[in-house]
Amino acid sequence: MIQLLHTPFHERTELLCQPKNWRRWAGYLVAGSYEMSLDREYWAIRNTAALIDVSPLMKYLITGVDAALLLNRVVTRDIDKLQVGQVYYTGWCDEDGKMIDDGTLSRLDETTYRLTSAEPSLRWLTMNAVGLELEITEITDSMAALSLQGPNSSSVLNRCCDNPVDEIKYFRLMHNELDGIPISISRTGYTGDLGYEIWIDAKDALPVWDALIAAGHDFGILPVGILAMDMARVEAGLFMIESDYTSSDHAWIKAQQSSPFELGLGWTVNLDKPGYFVGRPALAREQREGSTWKLMGLEVEWDGLEALFKDVGLPPQILSMAIRASLPVRSGKKQIGYVSTATWSPLLKKYIALAHLQKPYFEPGTNLRMEVTVQHHRQYAPARVVTLPFYEPEWKKR
Amino acid sequence: MTVNHYDAIVIGGGHNGLVAAAYLARAGKKVVVLERREIVGGAAVTEEIIPGFKFTEFSYVVSLLRPEIIRELELPKHGLKILPLPSTFAPMDNGDYLGLWDDPDLTRRELYRHSPLDAEAYDAYSRAMGRAAKAIKPLISLIPPDPSSLHPRDLMGLLKLGQYAAGLSEKELYMIAKLVTQSAGDMLEEWFETDVLLGTKAASGVVGTLLGPRSAGTAYVLLHHYMGEIDGAFRAWGFAKGGTGGVSGAIANAALALGAEIRVGSSVAQVIVKKGRAAGVALDNGDELQSKVVFSAADPKRTFLQFVDPKYFPDEFIQSIKNFRTLGSSGKLNLALSELPDFTALPGEGPLHRGAISISPSLDYIERAYDEAKYGQFSRRPFIDMIIPSAIDPDMAPPGQHVASCFIQYAPYDLEGGWDDAKKEAFAETVISTLEIYAPNIRRTIVGKQVITPVDIERIAGITGGNIFHGEMLLNQIFFLRPVAGWADFRTPLRGYYLAASGAHPGGGVMGAAGKLSVQEALKDGLL
Ligand SMILES: Cc1cc2nc3c(=O)[nH]c(=O)nc-3n(C[C@H](O)[C@H](O)[C@H](O)COP(=O)(O)OP(=O)(O)OC[C@H]3O[C@@H](n4cnc5c(N)ncnc54)[C@H](O)[C@@H]3O)c2cc1C
Repeated sequence: MIQLLHTPFHERTELLCQPKNWRRWAGYLVAGSYEMSLDREYWAIRNTAALIDVSPLMKYLITGVDAALLLNRVVTRDIDKLQVGQVYYTGWCDEDGKMIDDGTLSRLDETTYRLTSAEPSLRWLTMNAVGLELEITEITDSMAALSLQGPNSSSVLNRCCDNPVDEIKYFRLMHNELDGIPISISRTGYTGDLGYEIWIDAKDALPVWDALIAAGHDFGILPVGILAMDMARVEAGLFMIESDYTSSDHAWIKAQQSSPFELGLGWTVNLDKPGYFVGRPALAREQREGSTWKLMGLEVEWDGLEALFKDVGLPPQILSMAIRASLPVRSGKKQIGYVSTATWSPLLKKYIALAHLQKPYFEPGTNLRMEVTVQHHRQYAPARVVTLPFYEPEWKKR
Repeated sequence: MTVNHYDAIVIGGGHNGLVAAAYLARAGKKVVVLERREIVGGAAVTEEIIPGFKFTEFSYVVSLLRPEIIRELELPKHGLKILPLPSTFAPMDNGDYLGLWDDPDLTRRELYRHSPLDAEAYDAYSRAMGRAAKAIKPLISLIPPDPSSLHPRDLMGLLKLGQYAAGLSEKELYMIAKLVTQSAGDMLEEWFETDVLLGTKAASGVVGTLLGPRSAGTAYVLLHHYMGEIDGAFRAWGFAKGGTGGVSGAIANAALALGAEIRVGSSVAQVIVKKGRAAGVALDNGDELQSKVVFSAADPKRTFLQFVDPKYFPDEFIQSIKNFRTLGSSGKLNLALSELPDFTALPGEGPLHRGAISISPSLDYIERAYDEAKYGQFSRRPFIDMIIPSAIDPDMAPPGQHVASCFIQYAPYDLEGGWDDAKKEAFAETVISTLEIYAPNIRRTIVGKQVITPVDIERIAGITGGNIFHGEMLLNQIFFLRPVAGWADFRTPLRGYYLAASGAHPGGGVMGAAGKLSVQEALKDGLL
């Protein structure tokens, strides 16, 4: 194996990807964008329907009478409450209550679950499953996945699927058929808009792609790469492993690790569930004592930004895509945190960022300053702490 | 006569001796290096044994050369280039192969073919080893503390060691505890299940020892080899431009530029002792040179049993040096090739030729190879670590032709009945017929060869016993025990006499650390 892998949609995406800006994702190549500029792709997410190849997601099927036992032990959420046809977003931690990875967990039937993750997780699952009656099957390569995101996404699916998708509630899933091909559709996504993820046997990938493109024509469907998705996910306040936090598995030092509380995932830590789960004692302690860091939104104040550029005779320069870079955040002269991803929001017309802030600076409304580069000089623009997400249309969960 | 008066004399022009001389010159001292051979470099030499074909004769990869030495001696200015050696390719008996490429995604996917669990364990293992190496590596640059001493210097060292330990997590401490006690085989089997992966990793745990992967203590050697991999962007694993002789050449040039003198063809017979102090040397040809201090950058046995009258050392010290394990277990076959070897598992010219090629199909294979050596035979099916220098640096061979460097284990110094030409030839034949299993064209591409046994290492490079590291790198011979407990700080019981080569802390490998650290210590003693 001396080449990166192609996803099951490569035959299509290869012809569509004009800038040839392939990005690496978990050992696969995916399109950064299909068009030269990200504008139309971003607006497809927010205004019509965006078709995104998310096949590289790691996927595992966990089946057996002890499947729930394993998952309850590994993830922080209460799996006994997860109903058939429901999906949970969850993180999982090490013994110290620090995040290893995050993903979605779907309950497909009484004893079958599908877990997605960003990093390979087979070994961690297997290590925790010793003595349990269950089977863990990695289906990363055999299952293709498409994310269809945007306000028109339900209309596209209704046109081509056997059963209407209107009945799928937020974070639920249904089995469906499309031209005789069985698919599973979950109302999930990574954009904070109305959206669905479609799970397909890899051998059926191309006909499903074609059917969606055909059905979506009248609704403004557009193949969209991961760069536009990156802008949308920041607006939605969604973080990404390795950009916004370091897996505790990969961290060299403790300071690189994050707990779910620090990442704003306190709501996914179900300390009221019975029994032991990995990281529980540490998480309970942290919940009691409070966290010293928190992931928050940061909105750069336009007037202040404009003034910095005006000083050198320039109009404010706007980012053309999300940047995954660490930018210092200060209160007065003191650094009290850092930004991990920043983007210009074309919809909100704001410069926004995901920021890791130290206590007590993470309270909403706190006035801070964030580094911006103005004509090769590092400057600090005034910015305000806000709660996440930056953007949440009322149709996202309706 | 003033021409033969020096501040310091360095015996031995191996890379450590050259580093020592460069640092002495840099400190403003008048220094001469005396090398018995006509070329410098010791075990780090490149020689054109067959016209047009340059053999990196002994040492062939560079992983541990200290970055601060490269910077301080400005080695790049003096010609040092360390080229990437990005991958490891291990052909298997069933015709398949394992490729560990220089990209984590590619390596994971490749391992996945063999075992999905190993694919993930590999990353976790690398990180665990990386963390352990990171924890131990700073100690290499420290003078090793002697826990039995109350000398403030040792206490400071222990304190620093303690601080490092305190900075480690419990998991890392356990990992280190295992590394220093387990066999390489046992430790690796806790992580992996794929035979060829186990074999390939285990092999690096036994390099330079006369032990098998199932022998206790070999896990540490794995870590030692990992140290080269944590210099991050520095990319320490590599092949030196011009072969490992390129490293010695650059250090020699740096030493000369700093004002050191290098004399080749100058074999030292004796260290001259005056008033209980090393005061110079006498050469084989009778010439005498005077100096304030003497550094021996030769192996410990010659340094203490041959160059100096034993009466200057305590009996116990002499006994410990005699017990120092220095018998070689590795050999080399250097080949001149008319074309690249073609591996049936991955035919044609490819990335495998630019990396290491490891014949190590399983742990049992390595252990069996050891079994034969244990009873005085060379392995019938040896572990072979091959690189093709000319595929990395085309200047190593005539255009279109190639050189191959095959490191071989096991080949015991104490071969039953002793080594002779017939046995050397049989040994070479064993290696070629082993390679032939995986690359059938190899035999007909050979246009010349050089066979090196431990006895040849002793004869040519001047390393007593022929051990590649001047003495095995096992736990009872490293840190504060190298070469002898209580004498791990480069000083010796003879005042003004210092050990400056691989037999001293931190040990073997082309790293230059002993050369540099010994000078650093000697300068504190006020004799210079
Ligand atoms: C076959 C082989 C393969 C190896 N592979 C690797 C590798 O891939 N990577 C790696 O990092 N390390 C490798 N090593 C180990 C490494 O090469 C050595 O540890 C290192 O080169 C030793 O350097 P040194 O300066 O300490 O001693 P040496 O290089 O042994 O230098 C000692 C010098 O002293 C000289 N000398 C001896 N007696 C006298 C005397 N009486 N008078 C004057 N001079 C004298 C010798 O001629 C020699 O030049 C290998 C070694 C061998 C033998």
